[in-house]
Amino acid sequence: MSKVINSLEEAIKKCGLKDGMTLSFHHHLRNGDYVLNKVMKTVDEMGYKNIKIAPSSIFPIHEPLVDLIKRKVITGITANYMSGPVAEAISEGIMDEPVIFHSHGGRPRAIEKGEIKIDIAFIAAPSCDKEGNMNGIDGPAACGSLGYAYVDAQYAKKVIAVTDNLVDYPASPISIDETKVDYVVQIDSLGDPNGIVSGSTQITRDPVGLVIARYASKVIEHSGLLKDGFSFQTGAGGASLATAHYLKSILKEKNIKGSFCMGGITGYMVNLLEEGLFHKLMDVQCFDIEAIKSLKRNPNHQEISASHYANPDAKSSVIKNLDIVILGATEIDINFNVNVHTNSNGYIMGGSGGHSDTAAESKLCMIVAPLFRARLPIVVDRVHTITTPGSTVDVLVTERGIAVNPKRKELREKLEKAGLPIIDIEKLKSIGDKIAGKAEPVETDDKIVAKVIYRDGKELDVIRQVSKP
Amino acid sequence: MTKIRRSMLFIPGDNPGMLLNGGVLGSDSIIFDLEDAVSLKEKDSARILVRNALNTLEYGKTETIVRINGLNTKYWKKDLEQIIPAKPDVIMPPKIEKVEEIKEICDYISKIEKDKGILENSIRIIPIIETSLGVENSFEIAKGSPRLEALFLGAEDLTANIGAKRSKKGDEIFYSRSRIIIAANAAKIQAIDTPYTDINDEEGLKIDTEFAKDMGFDGKASISPRHVEIINQVFTPSKDEIEFAKEVLNAIKTAEKEGRGVISLEGQMIDAPIVDRANHILSIYKSVMGGSINE
Repeated sequence: MSKVINSLEEAIKKCGLKDGMTLSFHHHLRNGDYVLNKVMKTVDEMGYKNIKIAPSSIFPIHEPLVDLIKRKVITGITANYMSGPVAEAISEGIMDEPVIFHSHGGRPRAIEKGEIKIDIAFIAAPSCDKEGNMNGIDGPAACGSLGYAYVDAQYAKKVIAVTDNLVDYPASPISIDETKVDYVVQIDSLGDPNGIVSGSTQITRDPVGLVIARYASKVIEHSGLLKDGFSFQTGAGGASLATAHYLKSILKEKNIKGSFCMGGITGYMVNLLEEGLFHKLMDVQCFDIEAIKSLKRNPNHQEISASHYANPDAKSSVIKNLDIVILGATEIDINFNVNVHTNSNGYIMGGSGGHSDTAAESKLCMIVAPLFRARLPIVVDRVHTITTPGSTVDVLVTERGIAVNPKRKELREKLEKAGLPIIDIEKLKSIGDKIAGKAEPVETDDKIVAKVIYRDGKELDVIRQVSKP
Repeated sequence: MTKIRRSMLFIPGDNPGMLLNGGVLGSDSIIFDLEDAVSLKEKDSARILVRNALNTLEYGKTETIVRINGLNTKYWKKDLEQIIPAKPDVIMPPKIEKVEEIKEICDYISKIEKDKGILENSIRIIPIIETSLGVENSFEIAKGSPRLEALFLGAEDLTANIGAKRSKKGDEIFYSRSRIIIAANAAKIQAIDTPYTDINDEEGLKIDTEFAKDMGFDGKASISPRHVEIINQVFTPSKDEIEFAKEVLNAIKTAEKEGRGVISLEGQMIDAPIVDRANHILSIYKSVMGGSINE
């Protein structure tokens, strides 16, 4: 019997969807993703209600979900990250049940443990054959690594591969194989390539961002971790990339070769690999076209699953061997707790992603952020939402100095000795407050709109409904 | 200890974001510009912004310099009236050609200092030399007031003034550079080199800065924050220079202990200028704490 089904509707019927079931999705198509919207539109048209969804992330393109939430087609959401209209509506209390936020490592753990029970996984497959062997590196909606989807494929009761690029059997390379896939559905288009990947990601030209990046690279240089075989993760933000840029000069100057770079992969990291400054890239997600091309051509660029990346219950995961991670923050408090979930008005605008995972496991977790975002200082008494516990954060690098977590005394001494501008985090806070004034705490209602679940499954914090003026 | 001025970064006086962050961009000095970077319409607002920035923001160890408008404009006195009470470290008057102009500015600053109860001569002067007449009078200008800290070569206006073609290599300003260095050194003040104006050419900047350092300049100005790090690196003593300076001072100590008059190190005679140079290098090193990042 052929696995290839003519329509999403038919596949959904064959999988036996019922009201109250949970559907999962991956977010590799990011803000270009059509699949989540198309599937949920079909589910709505078929008359289902009370559906739970478990996408690894939700983006602005998923705005149509707001209406489905209002009409109780969708009544539960689990995700690792959320931005745009859905996040705003949830912040304003549109759902009865709180959203459950996991981290990138926590999600596969929760799925394996059965805390998230997936009835049907819809896996956008940029390249797929008739039996469901798939990869993300070819096709009009190529997105590179399919890292987040592996666990869905393995643990969902039913798996539907959704593709716009049906290739001859067998597809190759194979990221997720046919043994996991029940049905294959061909649709016109999985997504908009412009939203799936950015063009080449640029290093910031902002002078303050460059100062932060330079300090961050010096922290790495003098951390004691910079030696042959070291490993490194950084984000795709301008300042993170600029740090990698400065780090590259240091590596060349000192003739040091790293072991692996990981995380969301950009062209810049591909460049580090190709110049021989690192031996491998460990790729759970591609951020730009250069990364996708590299994954396709270079065997040292290795696709990994989210579980392999960061699952705390796995027998081992790559981040257990991670030396240094550079992360951002929307807010950080004087106890080094970091918020990347909510903005200065209390609205959801992000999520952990791999933030709390990498902070917990890396040998050095460095937060890079300007002391001011727009007119608000980023160092506060208590963050609005705890994404990452301060006990796992080692250093905050700002343009006005570097704060070291008091529990890392030996690191502080090393950095001071190197002549870096070390400053207490309380002092950074007072500089910020002096210039910008102290912000009033965000007012919220009692209703809990989201729960932040730490990577070990314990509740770390809650997000309450924003008060409307 | 002599103030270290490896790098001086120009910041437009009408840009609040840059004023806020001026102290964190790594340069030893920042120059708040009220002159060329500010359009005629914005002269008053920039003056107020810079005054308020000086009054309210902390620039830490970064030296604050304000480039006022020229003596041939109606703005310079107003600039000083607003800026002096906010106590910048240095006033930078442009297009200085004669020592009389230095005296005119200093007299006016003294008057404001007196009126506002500010310690006399506490505000220093770094004039910009950017005309042929200024270059020729540079030694007289350098000796013109005890407020003088340095001479600053402004090559863009200078080359326009003499009808020279400005080049990256800078042959057309070689004489002026030499003249400014000699004049400043003879007057025992510093010499600061003109900015490198191609902000995207970091390699060219490095070559130009190394050349300026080797000629004898104490520092170099910049119009881009991205140039600061390279300029600082060039003007920060190298490990070899620091080691040699330490050896020189050790050799002096040893010779003193042993009561020897003539001192040599690795076959080289150590005399007073070499000792001065060694002290200077170590004072730069101490000032920047061995790194090229400024607090």
